[in-house]
Amino acid sequence: MSDLLSQDFLTALISGALVASVPLLFASLGELISEQAGVLNVGLEGYMLFGAFLSFVIAYNTGSELLGLLGGIVAGAFGALIMAVLCVRMNLDQIVIGIAIILLAEGSTSLLNDAAYAETRPSLGTPSEFAIPLLKDIPILGESVFSQHWIVYVGIALAFFVRWMLLRTSAGLSLRAAGEQPQALDVAGVSVVKTRMLATLCAGALGGLGGAFLVIVGAGSFTPFITQGAGFIAIVIAMLSRGRAPWTILGSILFGISLSVATALQLIGISIPTDYVQMLPFIVVIVVLVLFARRSYLPSALALPYVRGER
Amino acid sequence: MKVKLLELGRAVLIALIPIILALAAMGVVLLTLGRDPVSFYNDMFQRGLFEWQGFQESIIRSAPLILIAAGFIVAFRANLWNLGADGQFLLGAAMTAGLGASLLGSIGVWPMLIVTMLVSAAVGGAWTLIPAYLRGSHGVNEIITTLMMSFIGIGVANVLVKGPFRTDVGGVARTDVIPFDDRLPTLFGTRIHLGFLIALAAIIGVHILMTRTSLGLRLRILGANPRAALHAGLNPLMLTVIAFAISGALIGLSGSIEILGIQGSFRADFNPAFGLLVIPLVFLARLNAIGSLALVILFSVIQIGGESAARQAEITSDILLVLVAFILFFMAIFEYFRIMRGQEPGYVPAEVMDRLRAGGDADDHGTPEGALQSGPGDSDGAGLKGTENE
Repeated sequence: MSDLLSQDFLTALISGALVASVPLLFASLGELISEQAGVLNVGLEGYMLFGAFLSFVIAYNTGSELLGLLGGIVAGAFGALIMAVLCVRMNLDQIVIGIAIILLAEGSTSLLNDAAYAETRPSLGTPSEFAIPLLKDIPILGESVFSQHWIVYVGIALAFFVRWMLLRTSAGLSLRAAGEQPQALDVAGVSVVKTRMLATLCAGALGGLGGAFLVIVGAGSFTPFITQGAGFIAIVIAMLSRGRAPWTILGSILFGISLSVATALQLIGISIPTDYVQMLPFIVVIVVLVLFARRSYLPSALALPYVRGER
Repeated sequence: MKVKLLELGRAVLIALIPIILALAAMGVVLLTLGRDPVSFYNDMFQRGLFEWQGFQESIIRSAPLILIAAGFIVAFRANLWNLGADGQFLLGAAMTAGLGASLLGSIGVWPMLIVTMLVSAAVGGAWTLIPAYLRGSHGVNEIITTLMMSFIGIGVANVLVKGPFRTDVGGVARTDVIPFDDRLPTLFGTRIHLGFLIALAAIIGVHILMTRTSLGLRLRILGANPRAALHAGLNPLMLTVIAFAISGALIGLSGSIEILGIQGSFRADFNPAFGLLVIPLVFLARLNAIGSLALVILFSVIQIGGESAARQAEITSDILLVLVAFILFFMAIFEYFRIMRGQEPGYVPAEVMDRLRAGGDADDHGTPEGALQSGPGDSDGAGLKGTENE
């Protein structure tokens, strides 16, 4: 039992959980922004895959992590651009197009990966770490929390920035109005379509960044279907956060722990089936919902196209 | 009759155009990859449609998909998002695979087939109870809850298969294999098994249920406008539970059929993720049972034929995902231009075409039934846009 508190185990657990949770954090933040504006990105998983693949190609060929991460943002935003044009601009069905984007991303990245890297199976070097001075000397936490890739800290800061943006800026007000009362926003002279397209692109960019993190910091190489449902988990986290951005940190870490705890336990010789652990957070959330059921708050115009003049 | 035939012909033609466009776009992709699109498509349709063996494979593949489509139609018509199909499907499959072989020894073939199918349907239906209750009584968004229950269901299915249901034979974790002769019987000397007929009966049954019975009408009222349903003295909680239970039961049954008809046993981590593939098909058919049936069979032809064509062309079969994505994009875009030009969209027979999603015809036709349509403000946030009211 004392093994459970050993330094190695705790370090592995915390740092593993952090690495597993950061892609969820970015993706769920993006999804949260776009849900606030009334767009449900079923295709989030697809944005992440696009981001993961392009970031790998760029990081592998240039050797630059930063360029790779930027490539992830661009690729994710590209996926979201499809969504923005077809669903926000042309009012096509958000679920059908979202699923089509996932299938396109899965198929095309697997195809390109097969064409380019099937024989060589290249991988990236170990990711760089950014150890925060002084804090890195704290036992356990120093090695796990304060010696991570710099993008981890960016993600955490971003959650608070998004909160500030949504609640305290006029852009945030427009975003929320687009999801809550699009007519009112239109009357106020702000374009609902533009606002929603921007929000969708945010979801794409952040989802793509999450995918890039998955490859560059997490796995070190691209494999087809690498996201393994992370996009859907991120949607769940975003919805459970009910529009409050900092909650995505909590949600992501909860799910991140469950995705990584089995690996950490193996370090100290305890082997439990991953199936149990990975179900756990979902079971907890369901139990909490059953016990304290209350209306899950979502913007009232979520997933509904906006047609001017229509009631 | 003549008019109906003409309309049907038109509907088929309209459905074909986006598919042809998607095949053309895919041809460009194949060319850039240095493969010959003509021979790829030749292989695909030969194998999936024109060769008797391959066509049978396509029909066999379509059986579980048709049942899933039937399950989606019931829920979606009632404006309930059942996004937990994978969990329900795998639980159904795990129950059948786990119980099948042992029941076989104790009660014989036919009772085993019937009992396993019923158990799987019951488990699939039961798996929707929590989301249905939360939605019906507290308005908790069912997109999240069904998704979460799906993840839990996938986990439980695997725990069962790796634990209590695991076979004593060594090797990979799997259930006991149901012997080939004791699976669902094949029909009329073909390889197509009884599951296909069950699936056909189910989707026709769903069509009749939704269009010809009072329960179907009540479910559609619930879907069109929950407030109106309450006003009309309906019990939304009850209706939500019923719709979800039917939906989950059909999807659970689909898992059972997949095992009893094709797989024979459940290997750990088996997950074909059919749910995600069937949802857009059902939507493009505008939640119409017959239209969904046609699209699902077409999809099966593409899958079976495409897998073989991809092998021939030495390319990963994931290329089919791209093809399906193209078809979905082109169908959606094509439909957009039809709405723009004020024509009724035509993937399905005429009587269903009338009612569009909120975006389309509320202004164009200004029907009095528009009052039943849920406006942006009425919805619980996850409103189905396509509501059909009659």
